[in-house]
Amino acid sequence: MSEIQNFTLNFGPQHPAAHGVLRLILELDGEVVQKADPHIGLLHRGTEKLAESKPFNQSIGYMDRLDYCSMMCNEHAYVMAIEKMLGVQIPERAQYIRVMFDEITRIMNHLMWLGAHGLDIGAMTVFLYCFREREDLIDAYEAVSGSRMHATYYRPGGVARDLPDSLPKYAPSKFRSKRNIDLLNEARSGSLLDFLQDFTDRFTKCVDEYETLLTDNRIWKQRTVNIGVVTPERAKALGFTGPCLRGSGVVWDLRKHQPYDIYDRLDFDIPVGVNGDCYSRYLVRIEELRQSNRIIRQCITWLRANPGPVLVADHKIVPPRRVEMKGDMESLIHHFKLMTEGYTVPVGETYAAVEAPKGEFGIWLVSDGANKPYRLKCRAPGFVHLSALDEMVRGHMLADVVAVIGTLDIVFGEVDR
Amino acid sequence: MSAVSTEAAAPLSKMATLAAHLEATFGARLTRLAALDQELAYEVVPTDLIAVCTVLRDDPRFAFESAIDVSGIDYLSYGHQEWDTHDATSTGFGRGVVGQDSVFVPPEPRARRFAVAYHLLSYANNQRLRLRCYCDTAEPPTVPSVVAVWPSANWFEREAFDLFGILFQEHPDLRRLLTDYGFIGHPFRKDFPLSGHVEVRYDAEQGRVVYEPVSIEPRVLVPRVIRDDNRYDAALTAGRSGN
Repeated sequence: MSEIQNFTLNFGPQHPAAHGVLRLILELDGEVVQKADPHIGLLHRGTEKLAESKPFNQSIGYMDRLDYCSMMCNEHAYVMAIEKMLGVQIPERAQYIRVMFDEITRIMNHLMWLGAHGLDIGAMTVFLYCFREREDLIDAYEAVSGSRMHATYYRPGGVARDLPDSLPKYAPSKFRSKRNIDLLNEARSGSLLDFLQDFTDRFTKCVDEYETLLTDNRIWKQRTVNIGVVTPERAKALGFTGPCLRGSGVVWDLRKHQPYDIYDRLDFDIPVGVNGDCYSRYLVRIEELRQSNRIIRQCITWLRANPGPVLVADHKIVPPRRVEMKGDMESLIHHFKLMTEGYTVPVGETYAAVEAPKGEFGIWLVSDGANKPYRLKCRAPGFVHLSALDEMVRGHMLADVVAVIGTLDIVFGEVDR
Repeated sequence: MSAVSTEAAAPLSKMATLAAHLEATFGARLTRLAALDQELAYEVVPTDLIAVCTVLRDDPRFAFESAIDVSGIDYLSYGHQEWDTHDATSTGFGRGVVGQDSVFVPPEPRARRFAVAYHLLSYANNQRLRLRCYCDTAEPPTVPSVVAVWPSANWFEREAFDLFGILFQEHPDLRRLLTDYGFIGHPFRKDFPLSGHVEVRYDAEQGRVVYEPVSIEPRVLVPRVIRDDNRYDAALTAGRSGN
């Protein structure tokens, strides 16, 4: 028996369960993993270095492309860091809009995760269900920003524009009957807030549907219960945040513990797991879907009742409206300076973090007083979680590696940056 | 930047308590750095780093259980601007390709060029702390590794090694992380050009991907300028809050 040795297996980077471009070098003893060495960086674009070569506002779009499943949350951390440095207080309505879209993003991200994770470990239908609802939220993105994924909607000083009063509607086509078109357009007949209200009314039942497919499913439980267990102490030491930390039973959520914007005025709960395994993290994320739904409803109610500005009026930071530029010399100058040079940010540094769907997404921003960041560091939750993969999969079977990768909810846009 | 002023008072006093504890415990080993409101930053020298970090983790008054972020920084071109606008500018900034340097060369070498910043988080006390540690020698810059204190620092230090070339002493597995296999150089250093040194393309004759020197000419579209903005002058804006 002494000739039998461990053998090394290359996993990815084009494996469908590698969630993008993860390359794993697995050392196996039979089917049991002895060591996993992730090779990352295949999607490294040097976002941080690129941001150092551009005025502050031109890098907002790069933030979307970091974690491309939770776009607006990344933008949120970036603009928050700039606002902290500038000392800007943004209008209340903009704060509510940001929080609402953060939660829309959270639902989008968790739906993407749930669908993909389901596919990875053998549940096909849930993917179709998830993407059905995710489509509506992408429409909401499109309605405010014109883009379905990479919104660039948040700006230092607020959000790019107010919520629209109408939504694009489906046009008649030979692939859909008139009845189906009318059905699709029914929810889209009012304002964006009406559309989201309708979505939140439906969504709780949708989550119930996902749960009927998975929560008590014997196969699902066999694949996830007691897989990739992380103790609370270990989770803290490994720098876990977000659902991965809460799945291990640590009560920690930046929205509650270090509230930003208007999270301290909202009523929502933080779900916490018990066992720290894949199943706990699944349950935490499912409950977060419901809680995010609650938050969106509260934001809708407030936003309906309180119209107002969504951007600060300081044209040293925010470009003036087009119409103002037509007749006002000073607005034209402001616009020209902002577009050709941008604004300078005072000397100093800050760390701004938001509770992104995957965990703490932080921006460390250093400025030397120039119109470009001196150093920008994106603290991506997925990067930290992936670094713990080796520890989590040791002793598990090869098939469980896929379950653990799925449960970590990694997206390579942010891991590689 | 906290939304409600009544709440802003509570964490501030908590932060002041933490600062007092830190200064009482470590004395001269920590040097307070300027930071925004609600943030606390200290500088520590490499020789004290491990001892200080261990206490920060284990002492219940600090209880920084997690290193939430560790990142390198290169101060080579700090304060450098591509277009001097200090006096009324008589020269414009040419946005064309001609005559632009791809790499910034400082007039005199910087004594303290590389630093590592540690962002610590205490879940128990709900507090954050930033430590900065300037690296020892010029080349290669070295700093002790904190992986033994916080396992989460492992990949962060590998990243800083890869991108800045900072050596972390006693790191268990200091390999490149983000750059290509066989990559040469440390791309986030300020003297590394944005376009890099090599580009790749598929060569049909050789039937494989080949590396070649970059053909892109460096070009700055928006110059880096530093303006002395009165709005950020503390003496002038003393009585004013916000923007």
